[in-house]
Amino acid sequence: MTEKTARISKRQKIKIGRERLQQIIELCRAVEERGLDPFLVDVDDIIAVVRKYFPEWENLEDLCLDAETIHRLASVIKLQSEWVKHRSTSLYTDPFLLEEKIRKLNKEALVEIFLKAWHPIVELEQISLHSLKNAFSYWQSLVPLSERWQEAVQEETITGTVSREELVKEHILADETFAEQLESFWEELKLQTAEKVKIKYWDFVGAESYEETVHRAYMTSFLVTYGYATLEVHPLEEEIYIKPNQKPISKPKSKEQLVSIPIPINYEEWSKWRKGEQDER
Amino acid sequence: MRGKRKAYYASKVKRASHLLFYRRHKKPGVKGWELRKNLGKDYPQVLKILNDYLERLDLQVKTVFEGEPATEKTRPEQLDKARFFITLRGALTPKEAKMVGWRIDDLAGLAVTIAYIISRKGRAPRKEVEEILREKLPKWRVDLNLDRYIRYGYLSQDEKEQLYLGWRTRAEVDQKALMDLLLGTEKPQSSVNV
Repeated sequence: MTEKTARISKRQKIKIGRERLQQIIELCRAVEERGLDPFLVDVDDIIAVVRKYFPEWENLEDLCLDAETIHRLASVIKLQSEWVKHRSTSLYTDPFLLEEKIRKLNKEALVEIFLKAWHPIVELEQISLHSLKNAFSYWQSLVPLSERWQEAVQEETITGTVSREELVKEHILADETFAEQLESFWEELKLQTAEKVKIKYWDFVGAESYEETVHRAYMTSFLVTYGYATLEVHPLEEEIYIKPNQKPISKPKSKEQLVSIPIPINYEEWSKWRKGEQDER
Repeated sequence: MRGKRKAYYASKVKRASHLLFYRRHKKPGVKGWELRKNLGKDYPQVLKILNDYLERLDLQVKTVFEGEPATEKTRPEQLDKARFFITLRGALTPKEAKMVGWRIDDLAGLAVTIAYIISRKGRAPRKEVEEILREKLPKWRVDLNLDRYIRYGYLSQDEKEQLYLGWRTRAEVDQKALMDLLLGTEKPQSSVNV
């Protein structure tokens, strides 16, 4: 019982520790990004917190959180040092005082002041040797207008007839229409899920070659969009299942909302799946 | 012997003025190492002579050091990395400023932006600068002007939309004088015709 209580209290301590570190990171980030006073961060206090929870960290994620806290704190310390350095320079001005002054001055007065402190650069623009050299080489490689504007000679083409089979053979037309392809793909899905209702997305779209896999994923996206199948996303298991509908559903139920689910089909994913497939065999 | 030396520096000063007046890169100005390569290792002496000469024309050779400003004793490597410009020594009158293509609104906005960033230790969120400018300028002009200041090199902006002082501000604006003048003014000055 005591051991169990100790375990619960350790788990709670870890949870609180994580929350504290997150809060510190957020505070440091706000100081850095929003230009807040870096002395809002009490460095000693934060170090005490980091030190207190450090012995609790066992997994990599928590150690990374700890490291990020230290990193953020170091950035704030750097800002504090810059702040001190700036205050010690002759340029230090109270920002609020300055804002007040700016508000009081009219445009003309501001310009008059600025002109006393402004010494614009004197410069002359001219063509350089480098640009002359580039221009010269461009000119040399430029084809004369007489050649560039030559009328395109239209070649005489002989017309003829071609059959559908020949076009299919040349891969200009597919041997079945898209709707037919989709229907047969749906049938295949139904066959594969005859015993288990649904199938893992990758087990369905995955094929021998990467090209074939991409084609199957493309077809699957149409199956889902046109209501031939439904996707089931299990975020915790990081798995996606595909389930065929017995009849195509043309419209979602009134309360259901259509969502798009992007699924990356890259070569690495496919290789991983292939490797897993071969290991299973 | 003295005549020879004079002729030596005269030719170097001419060369230096060519290098500094004519723009050779995307940004104006010349790096120290380029001057050393073209004028020899005594280029600081050449620049000093040129600077004395330019005083009569109300111009000056301005040195902008990389990063930290140089201390009293400048090291040769600091000079090599520094950028040299020819700038106006004195000040433009409001009429002259208009002649070189600046509107009074644009200049006033630039003054406010630079002063605000200096007071915020050299960086300020763009939103804050926009807010302060919008008090006296229309919104569309504020956006346009800030982008223009960035394009000209008076400001730079990072991916988090923080504004910093740009290379041109470091070259052209006497930051300390600007702040002293701004803080030393109690009442709005009499208006000027621009």
